[in-house]
Amino acid sequence: MIDAKHLTKTYGTKTAVDDLTFTVRPGQVTGFLGPNGAGKSTTMRMILGLDAPTSGTVTVAGQPYRDHPRPLQVVGALLEARAIHTSRTAYHHLLALATTHGIGAERVRQVLEQVGLTEVASKRAGGFSLGMGQRLGIATALLADPETLILDEPVNGLDPEGIRWIRDLLKGFAAEGRTVLVSSHLMSEMAVTAEHVLVLGRGRLLADLPMSELLAQAASDVVLVRTPGADELGKALAGIGATVSRTDVDALEVTGPSAGRIGDLARDLGISIHGLVPKQVSLEEAFMDMTRDDVEFHASAGSAA
Amino acid sequence: MSALETQAGATVPAPRAAPAGPAGPARLAVRSHPVSTRRVLLSEWVKFRSLRSTAWTLLAAVVLMIGIGWLAGWGSNDSWAELSPQEQATFSPVDITLAGYYLAQLAVSVLGVLLVTGEYATGMVRATFAAVPRRLPVLWAKAALFAGVTFTLMLLAALLSFVGGQQLLGEHSATLGEAGSVRGIVGVACYLTVVGVLAVALGFLIRSTAGGVATMCGLLLVLPTLGLLLPSSWQEHVLPYLPSNAGAAFFSAAPSADSLSATAGAAVLGGWLLVTGVAAAVTLTRRDV
Repeated sequence: MIDAKHLTKTYGTKTAVDDLTFTVRPGQVTGFLGPNGAGKSTTMRMILGLDAPTSGTVTVAGQPYRDHPRPLQVVGALLEARAIHTSRTAYHHLLALATTHGIGAERVRQVLEQVGLTEVASKRAGGFSLGMGQRLGIATALLADPETLILDEPVNGLDPEGIRWIRDLLKGFAAEGRTVLVSSHLMSEMAVTAEHVLVLGRGRLLADLPMSELLAQAASDVVLVRTPGADELGKALAGIGATVSRTDVDALEVTGPSAGRIGDLARDLGISIHGLVPKQVSLEEAFMDMTRDDVEFHASAGSAA
Repeated sequence: MSALETQAGATVPAPRAAPAGPAGPARLAVRSHPVSTRRVLLSEWVKFRSLRSTAWTLLAAVVLMIGIGWLAGWGSNDSWAELSPQEQATFSPVDITLAGYYLAQLAVSVLGVLLVTGEYATGMVRATFAAVPRRLPVLWAKAALFAGVTFTLMLLAALLSFVGGQQLLGEHSATLGEAGSVRGIVGVACYLTVVGVLAVALGFLIRSTAGGVATMCGLLLVLPTLGLLLPSSWQEHVLPYLPSNAGAAFFSAAPSADSLSATAGAAVLGGWLLVTGVAAAVTLTRRDV
């Protein structure tokens, strides 16, 4: 359980995290979703006590992280992929961290095996690929078998098999009744992993809801119609209050009435319908809609915030 | 199970399946213990011995210490006749064979700074402070570990440097039993230890390798030289209090005229250590990682 209350972090005049209040509950994967620069990483660093909040508090399992006598057993974290000395071997990196908690070499070999790095355990971490570095970071997080996992963009640099592995790992963790907070800027990745989402934009909490609700919100009321009688049907639809736009000679995009209603209307007018499809709004688009005003830098020319 | 070709050129087996859910076999509990300064010290020892650069830098310090000491011993004996009577009168066989400290202190400084800034540069520091969120035990452990290693090695190096150097000095040599010999050897080891700990503290204060090393060089080498440009009436109020000169006050068998007493020198050096150490501790606990 992670509990944030009015968490705020400012750097000079810039507010990175703005009055965040949320609870991450055990037993499910909670996704931390937001564009780059939304404050996800800063929030995660504050949970771990690496950054001090300007105001507000955050606790893990009822106490500030730093007050836990065995912190690695409370939270296992993967922050930026490379929190590893490049000249040290994977084995010694893990052993050094394990030693602070009196955890032995046997457990180190166990997690190396679990993330599939046994073969390269005695190689310097500096020579690792992005994916291997990511796995070593995950091994670090798993080291003390923590009650809570906090992973910042864990699938970065992983191949599809690795992504699948992370997904199963997180779900397995949550199924055991543990707490999982995982961040991503990829909505599609979250949709298949997280059961609950916290959406962040420019440091503010935009949404705190079950994934299923976010997906429902993403369903649209736009219907694509393909018909030779586009002129006539378009006018009739406009007559019943629909918003209609012509996208092709024989194609309309209709907002308002359901597909059924449009079909019935066409039948009444004797217009044949060649296609009638509710438009799928991608999760990415839904997410973009939610965070559009909150993206720190827009790509469009001349509108950099 | 498929295999992935990796940059390291090794074949990496795919990761194993995720841990079993509630229906699966019970998890093996991981035995752990509360974080303590002793455990952090052990952890720092693992870090210390698992970097190749550590061994090389320490070896450099030892080689410089001994090599220069022997060279100076041999050279002084060889060119004794060319020394002026005054030089012969003030010649200190103890100091000359310990002259290697001047370069050894650079190697020790670099390593002390690097022990800390290496972690900041690579991001390792976040993993370190996630494991030890109270942070200060890391400072104490790094300082204590480096002090122990430096003192042991430098004491040995100073002893070898002295013994070998005296052999090479021939008839101009001193013995271990003579006044100033043991003080010189132990004193140089103590001085280099303080330099090392000072470098560790500066590493935490400055966080960058270049900045930390430059500051140490400035403090130990540049300031004493720059100080000579001051009006001579000021020099006596400034120069003896610099770390290098304060150190020389307690290990040198033939200290310069404006030098502090041995006790005062030790106290001044201790003061430098205390101020830097407190500054490092305060910033470490206050600043974001």
